[in-house]
Amino acid sequence: MKSVDPGENFESWREAAKILLTDGVPPGEVLWENTPGLFSEMNLAENPETYAALKVPADFVEMARNVCCHCDPSKWGLLYRILWRITKEGERKLCAIASDADVSKALMMQKNVRREIHKLHAFVRFKLIDTDKETGRERYAAWFEPDHYIVEAGTPFFRNRFANMNWSVFTPKGCAHWDGGRLMFSAGISENPVEHPDALEAAWRTYYRSIFNPARVKVKAMQAEMPKKYWKNLPEAGLIGELIEESRQRVRGMHGEELRPAKPMPRNAYLGRLREMSEVAICAGPLEGQSLVSKLLATGDV
Amino acid sequence: MNLESKLTILADAAKYDASCASSGAQKTNSRDGKGVGSTGGAGICHSYAPDGRCISLLKLLLTNSCIYDCHYCINRRSSNVRRAVFTADEVVKLTLDFYKRNYIEGLFLSSGIIRNADHTMEQVVVVARTLREVHDFRGYIHLKTIPEASPELIETAARYADRISINLELPTQESLNLLAPEKNMARTKQAMGRIRFKLEEAKDRKQNGDTKLRHATGQSTQVIVGADASTDADFLGRSDELYRSYKMRRVYYSAFSPIPEPSVILPLKAPPLMREHRLYQADWLMRFYGFGTKEILTPEMPNLDLELDPKLAWALRNRQDFPVDVQKATREVMLRVPGLGVRNVDRIIRIRRLKKIRLEDLARLRVSLAKVQPFLMTVDHNPARYLLDSDRLRARFAPQPQQLELFQ
Repeated sequence: MKSVDPGENFESWREAAKILLTDGVPPGEVLWENTPGLFSEMNLAENPETYAALKVPADFVEMARNVCCHCDPSKWGLLYRILWRITKEGERKLCAIASDADVSKALMMQKNVRREIHKLHAFVRFKLIDTDKETGRERYAAWFEPDHYIVEAGTPFFRNRFANMNWSVFTPKGCAHWDGGRLMFSAGISENPVEHPDALEAAWRTYYRSIFNPARVKVKAMQAEMPKKYWKNLPEAGLIGELIEESRQRVRGMHGEELRPAKPMPRNAYLGRLREMSEVAICAGPLEGQSLVSKLLATGDV
Repeated sequence: MNLESKLTILADAAKYDASCASSGAQKTNSRDGKGVGSTGGAGICHSYAPDGRCISLLKLLLTNSCIYDCHYCINRRSSNVRRAVFTADEVVKLTLDFYKRNYIEGLFLSSGIIRNADHTMEQVVVVARTLREVHDFRGYIHLKTIPEASPELIETAARYADRISINLELPTQESLNLLAPEKNMARTKQAMGRIRFKLEEAKDRKQNGDTKLRHATGQSTQVIVGADASTDADFLGRSDELYRSYKMRRVYYSAFSPIPEPSVILPLKAPPLMREHRLYQADWLMRFYGFGTKEILTPEMPNLDLELDPKLAWALRNRQDFPVDVQKATREVMLRVPGLGVRNVDRIIRIRRLKKIRLEDLARLRVSLAKVQPFLMTVDHNPARYLLDSDRLRARFAPQPQQLELFQ
């Protein structure tokens, strides 16, 4: 049994895997453990050409990059096993077999990582920290709690979108910072540094409450896409309980309302012309029909 | 009236417009700009309300005053709802403030009709122009347009928006005469046809090198289901026409919803939400699974089965086409198997070139074996003939009868 330190990310795992492959160490004989100091004991490959000759397919590399962000430590061994099968056991197209036992596990990890990156883009909520009095440049910060190590992969999105403001995203699994010049990463922190409420959160909650239709309550559909684990960092989540509770009453209230009679048409030249137009048969093509409409509408109150 | 009251009234007024997409825009970002915003790719749902609907955009009416009298609408002139109006600057500021905090992908702006169509559209366009030209906003903008507005105004709106839309509301002129007397099917379709022409023209110009042109990339529409006797066949037939001849991106089917200001003309009872769900499933079958409308519904059966999804219902009516050999069947045929989605069909086609598909492969692809087994043949599974012929097959899939509540 060989003990190998995979490091923290795809690049460090790949270095270790290269060495193991060129030395011909089968997956069953490798124990992947993060132990400081262990990595330095391994010799960097004496034959770099041997690794290049292995020809690792691009679809494996893309999948491996994503899988390495996953929090489950069994990912390192899983990826090495797949890589071994591809390069040493002739299963070159293994990644196309989504139903293979190893590949389907890796694809599920990839799916979870991608999903969480998407949720990062969706659920990070920035708060305004300050505005530079001279330049007017604003600074924002947010706190997020991911399951997986997605900060490096997921934050370039915010650099593209918020290029002209400074921002930081703090998480226990790594932090990202943008100052208009470079996107920098730092170690994770354990506590939310931006607990204070933001001035716009009240307006956001007002919007959230108003846009909800109490006649349609579908809590399962909501929770499937917005799982409870994210709720504590979403300012609107506190309203969900009361909105659901009130909904039945509000709908009962609607059913109890008196039916409103139709009010007569107000004197409005435009409405009068609409009525005229509806009575004229439109048999010309779209362009001719439009000039007819324009003519009818052009006179008077436009 | 203060901003919070306006926001309450004018977001409440906008909630019946189901459109929520923030996808399909051309790719942009703010790295070479002065403002904020990026678009492109799939949309992002920043939040979800307890009605299961995603909140992707700031969805507002510029004003809920309206001179029309569409009976299903809370904003119609006969409604006693409290009225409000935003200034353009208020909407611009709200949009930017929410956007910078990553609450939204952008703005969805509609309006009640005031004075006339052109005047209303001009007010709406001011907001979009200000966002784009004064603030260099590059996020998503969806503008609702009015069919009777001048084509020039509609095209101006299309230059500032990523998506524009006109609501069809109902599938036939008869329904409109009863429920939305100011709206007209022919005028609406004409406007949609013109928009389609302009969208294609813009696409051609971009492909021929005009990279500076910013233009909407698609149009969508909405219909209200269950406000009158229109059948699912009416709706799907109309959608089919819109997708084919008007290059519509999406049709939204919105179940008629009771509103706080009910009209004498409308039913008090809302249709079951399941009906809306079945229409979306049928719509997907038309667009992605190669089904024709006449296969999904027939003149004897103009409404979708509420108990079974339309693909399964079709399979049960066409048992002679099954079982399908997963190793040899074409993609078109595989798309007809209940329980197989487009992604899994494509995965199966890639896998079967390399190995023989067994039930355990399907299980690892997270296909529901219970659903698929009567219709599919693998190297290790062949459904018994009696299973397909039996009338009990339908009973297998129908939902369990629900225990009625004793006290309603």
